[in-house]
Amino acid sequence: MDDQTKRKNWMGLLAKSAPQAVKRLCETLCETYTFEWLRQPETGGVMVRGRTGGTGSAFNMGEVTVTRCSLRLDEGTVGHGYVQGRDKTHATQAALVDALMQTPAADQIETEILQPLRETRARQQVAIQARANATKVDFFTMVRGDD
Amino acid sequence: MYVAVKGGEKAIDAAHDWLADVRRGDPAVAELSLAQIREQMSLAVDRVMSEGSLFDLDLAALAIKQSRGDLIEAIFLIRAYRTTLPRFGASHPVETDSMQCQRRISATFKDVPGGQILGPTFDYTHRLLDFKLAAEGLTPADTPTQDTPDLAAERKPHVMDFLNKDGLIETAEATNDTPPDLTREPLELPANRALRLQNLTRADEGFLLGLAYSTQRGYARNHAFVGELRIGKVAIEMDIPELGFSIEIGEMTVTECETVNQFKGSKSEPPQFTRGYGLVFGQCERKAISMALVDRALRWKELGEDFAGAPAQDEEFVLSHSDNIQATGFLEHIKLPHYVDFQSELELIRSIRTAATAALAETKIAAE
Repeated sequence: MDDQTKRKNWMGLLAKSAPQAVKRLCETLCETYTFEWLRQPETGGVMVRGRTGGTGSAFNMGEVTVTRCSLRLDEGTVGHGYVQGRDKTHATQAALVDALMQTPAADQIETEILQPLRETRARQQVAIQARANATKVDFFTMVRGDD
Repeated sequence: MYVAVKGGEKAIDAAHDWLADVRRGDPAVAELSLAQIREQMSLAVDRVMSEGSLFDLDLAALAIKQSRGDLIEAIFLIRAYRTTLPRFGASHPVETDSMQCQRRISATFKDVPGGQILGPTFDYTHRLLDFKLAAEGLTPADTPTQDTPDLAAERKPHVMDFLNKDGLIETAEATNDTPPDLTREPLELPANRALRLQNLTRADEGFLLGLAYSTQRGYARNHAFVGELRIGKVAIEMDIPELGFSIEIGEMTVTECETVNQFKGSKSEPPQFTRGYGLVFGQCERKAISMALVDRALRWKELGEDFAGAPAQDEEFVLSHSDNIQATGFLEHIKLPHYVDFQSELELIRSIRTAATAALAETKIAAE
């Protein structure tokens, strides 16, 4: 996996994880590391698009709330946070994790924060899938009596 | 003569205080929390997000609480809030074929690959009031134990792909055109399909349901089957300029409905099935099916059908009256003070009556 794909993955994971889960895991981060803002956390909207007929051209469905920010660690690394919702702490922590993942602290962040988030997410998805599979219809054909 | 009128501030304040009290209801009953609305009134939350055209569960729950459960009022609050948000950009189109489905059914193919997944549905319930729910403090039933599913193997291909392979159904080809945006440019007619779909996905559910039903009853009948209905989460991906690549910025539950409708053919092409499409925020199944039926009815010109004069075919009629915030805004404004307007009507009718009475008297005199 190249660096860009890796970064894409952790940023997506941080955005899709519940703000409370990110907060719980990142509590000490904000105290340990200091940074300066390049862009203060701000909430806005992103227009979500769909595809005509599921596969065709784009159309606008409606917006989703998104909070973003950018920061620079004291040692110079820049991190960006883009998360769904209006939680500024969530965006800040996502940006901080993004920055730290580009520093020697990456391994520690990976084990202490990203790995638990990934496991939580996988657990939730498996639970939903199992629940959905339990509602899968098994058809059976009645045997006709006349043949 | 125009007389400027001021006043009513005290009355308005008192009315709003009372509104706050009746919103709260009997203080002896526990207050609703936003989390309770979000978790236990989730389909109301989904409707408010879909018609409010803003996906945010907590804001929709707040709007429902504030509006005392009047969903159109709640949608109004969400639309008003939406206008205050700076626009960060637009997402890539969500890819519904990679959705993790919690529901996925086809009314046209029994043995569809991936299976018929019923999900948490009201279908097949008896629609009898369940008095067990009236008793509080029920513990939820145990989740059935299941084999651990392999998530990668659970991807559900679109049902339409199977018909596409045989050329039996029209294909929906992708272009790179930037779709028009109703929230930036006022509606202009004739509208292309992308603009119609944006209008329909945020349209009033009741209005769309009525129109869709009218097509089933024979007003521009197009005989729809639900080829596929799926509900689940899709990722929202967006290009981030400061990164120079795209990332997933979140995910949302959507409902998608694809209908298979009757044929279109021409001298050069053999007949094939046509399609209608519905895609809505949240779990809004009735709305997604209605949207697909109305989308299909509006495509009459493109598919070379006759205009039967049916309301569901009339683009101007449908698109101009589908938005419940526009509709309620214009409808409800007539209860607000129109004293000056009405004063002029009064003056007018009095002068007409005076003239008419005088003319009548004159004719009487002449007759005598």
